[in-house]
Amino acid sequence: MLKLRGGIAAIFISVLFNNAFAADSLAVGREMLAEDNPGDLWVQRGERLFHEKRGPKKASFEACDFGLGPGKLEGAFAELPRYFPDTDRVQDLESRLVTCMMTLQGFTYQEAVKNHFGNLDHMSDMEALATFVASRSNGAKMNVRLSHQKEYDVFKAGEYIFHRRSGPLDFACATCHTENGKRIRLQDLPNMTDPAQIRAVVAGWPAYLGTKSTVLTMQNRLYECVWQMRLPDLGYLSDMSIALTTYLNHQGNGALIHVPGVRR
Amino acid sequence: MAEPMKIRATLKGDVADVRILMLHPMETGQRKDAKGEIVPVHFIKNVVVMHNGKIVLDAQWSQAISRNPFLGIHVKGAKAGDKISVKWTDNKGETRTDETTVAAPS
Repeated sequence: MLKLRGGIAAIFISVLFNNAFAADSLAVGREMLAEDNPGDLWVQRGERLFHEKRGPKKASFEACDFGLGPGKLEGAFAELPRYFPDTDRVQDLESRLVTCMMTLQGFTYQEAVKNHFGNLDHMSDMEALATFVASRSNGAKMNVRLSHQKEYDVFKAGEYIFHRRSGPLDFACATCHTENGKRIRLQDLPNMTDPAQIRAVVAGWPAYLGTKSTVLTMQNRLYECVWQMRLPDLGYLSDMSIALTTYLNHQGNGALIHVPGVRR
Repeated sequence: MAEPMKIRATLKGDVADVRILMLHPMETGQRKDAKGEIVPVHFIKNVVVMHNGKIVLDAQWSQAISRNPFLGIHVKGAKAGDKISVKWTDNKGETRTDETTVAAPS
């Protein structure tokens, strides 16, 4: 009788363990990737570029204002995109970096946005800089405020675009991202109306992508989304990209920032 | 362009857990670029890990290793404060050496 009971207990335990293992096997892999994330090399490189004197004016980014005052990086990314009085626009991290490259370092716009997306043939300075600046807000909570009228307008535009069906496939972001359990092939798609899921998304961008062997910024990620929806190419730093970023980051308010993230 | 490596070494008992991230294109010589031309082979062919100046790993690598490689090793008999240095040499003769000290277990 004792023996039988032991056997039942063993089966019961093994079932428990098997289930836990099946559910967690993906998480285990993700954890291993996150522990030694090659994206950290982009942070290192971005830090060097940030302090390097660059451009015709031979200036570093140290005086660049990301919303909390010149040179203040800690927590700055958590409040982006935000309205900047000097440019009279709502700007995300990358458009702010471009502004500083133009005003502080003396680059032209064309020079500043050259090679904004890296690929297998060349690395992008912009991606390294954005990853570094974002990583200085690690541990802070995403907190996009819509206190300025323009911030609110941009947020509403982003919300509209998120739900607006368009293009040859009559597709909206909402088509895939407003229900639980949707997949594209084997990839789970986050339901962006669920606070927990959208927070997991905004907490980890820029992220290192294993399949691309490079870091992607949010601008680059949205470009890919729009391409997958067969819409015309999303302009770099375009109003649409900033509207969507504002909408997503605001929806993800409260997310604990941990950059660089790591994705497949 | 040799960018710095990222090396972590933490003590577990008398074994140092060393984790190394390297930034390298590791071209296989089989990929074509946007213009359709073959990208020349470019890979790390030799990695040497030293513990206080003594070689503990001397590896011959090929183009089969992934881009931005990760290398993890355990070094026996390490103490907190010991020096771990890593040097790679690629097939174009470029090298990069970085060093770290073994951190006590946290």
